[in-house]
Amino acid sequence: MAKVCFQMKGTAFTAVVMDLQSYSADLFPAQLKQKIDTAPQFFNASPLVLNLASFEGQLEDEQLEHVVTVCREQGLQPIACRGATTELRYTIMGLGLASLPASKSKSSEIPAEPAQAAPVKAEKKQPVVEVAPAFRPSKVITKPVRSGQQVYAEGCDLIVMAAVSEGAEVLADGHIHVYGPLRGRALAGVKGDTDARVFCRQMEAELVSIAGYFVMNEKLRELCWKEAAHAYLDGESIQVSAI
Amino acid sequence: MAKIIVVTSGKGGVGKTTSSAAIATGLAMRGFKTVVIDFDVGLRNLDLIMGCERRVVYDFVNVIKKEATLNQALIKDKRTPGLFILPASQTRDKDALSMEGVQTVLEDLAKDFEYIICDSPAGIEQGAQMALYFADEAIVVTNPEVSSVRDSDRIIGILQSKSLKAEQGGTVKEHLLLTRYNPERVAQAEMLSVADVEDILAVPLLGVIPESEAVLKASNQGAPVILDQESEAGQAYLDAVSRLLGEEMEHRFLEVQKKGFLKRLLGGK
Repeated sequence: MAKVCFQMKGTAFTAVVMDLQSYSADLFPAQLKQKIDTAPQFFNASPLVLNLASFEGQLEDEQLEHVVTVCREQGLQPIACRGATTELRYTIMGLGLASLPASKSKSSEIPAEPAQAAPVKAEKKQPVVEVAPAFRPSKVITKPVRSGQQVYAEGCDLIVMAAVSEGAEVLADGHIHVYGPLRGRALAGVKGDTDARVFCRQMEAELVSIAGYFVMNEKLRELCWKEAAHAYLDGESIQVSAI
Repeated sequence: MAKIIVVTSGKGGVGKTTSSAAIATGLAMRGFKTVVIDFDVGLRNLDLIMGCERRVVYDFVNVIKKEATLNQALIKDKRTPGLFILPASQTRDKDALSMEGVQTVLEDLAKDFEYIICDSPAGIEQGAQMALYFADEAIVVTNPEVSSVRDSDRIIGILQSKSLKAEQGGTVKEHLLLTRYNPERVAQAEMLSVADVEDILAVPLLGVIPESEAVLKASNQGAPVILDQESEAGQAYLDAVSRLLGEEMEHRFLEVQKKGFLKRLLGGK
């Protein structure tokens, strides 16, 4: 019997989705860099799906090529385009990306629609199908998070029962609780949850961020250095107060 | 079954090789058959500290490349019975080590020895990762200084994620060895204290080696400092070896010593 070389399996991966809404040759690279700088390690080499369904107007071939190039330069790995018009199909193939249907409800409609009507349709349907939030248990870390290490609690809260060292990074889509000294960086609500908070028993962080807004070490030193504190977002500024 | 202990730090120049030589000698003095391996391929130093540089014929890389047998490469220490040195190559670089090769050598050594001490190169690259990959225990050498402490923190993270033990779901037992400790400078707040370092690293303390002229002297003479039992550093290493073997001992040389008239007369270095 010949040895089996492979086995085919179906699986689901987690990828970052970029909803491209408009294009500007200058603004796009600048804004992307700004976004990535908020959590460089998180975005580093992360697979990316470009969602074009909510794009306003018509995206040109060269524009799409530029978007993909910029993403690659910034260390992202674009793997597919979603919800693209039929005109862009060959450009997408040429860029080595896969074409994915917009989303289940739209997939059959888009190719059938007349070209002009498609963007309008897409705009109206902008609210993406919300999946009912399933209960996700928090991620619990019992050992120190060391310099150079990164812990990400995807879709849930993160609880660290030991120290987070300088040069370490803890990220969560939800809240972050640290029961040892927090000396590294803590980024809560990384997918944009503005209600996320950071709680810690001893605030010595390099950076605390909530939904992309952040405060640095210098500011924290003035507020509640080495105290039990929590950080939350108030409008566009982060408030840090003792607990 | 031999116990593999890696001596590592991340940062260079903190005393990994000095500590490897002292601890290996200490274990052999306590009657355990011990081998100390120099993983710092290309920057061979251990043989100098051990005073056997003129007796190096074959080295670690020769053994890995099967150009020599282990017995040809092992150097028997002249001072301490039961102690052997496996020197690094001076002419190759760290890419000459292969994971399989290192594993084979360690497995062969494990048949004969009770302790295998791996003297890691500085850095966190391949050479250092190779030295720590097969370790059962790790001695993290740190100076009481912020950059050294941070690098140690980083290497502990690597121990916990990239060692064989960690990959199998176990843990590498960690020990903190604080070297070049100067209580006077700690008192003047020029240096981190033992408590500061323990607080940041959260690793059990194996020993504190006071800064001592004896260490430099021993290195230049090619005799591990642990043999100089007059010196505080030598005594501190002896204590550390005892703790490594599971004995409880109080930490010494942590306080500023007020030198009395008599002590000054007798010279207490």
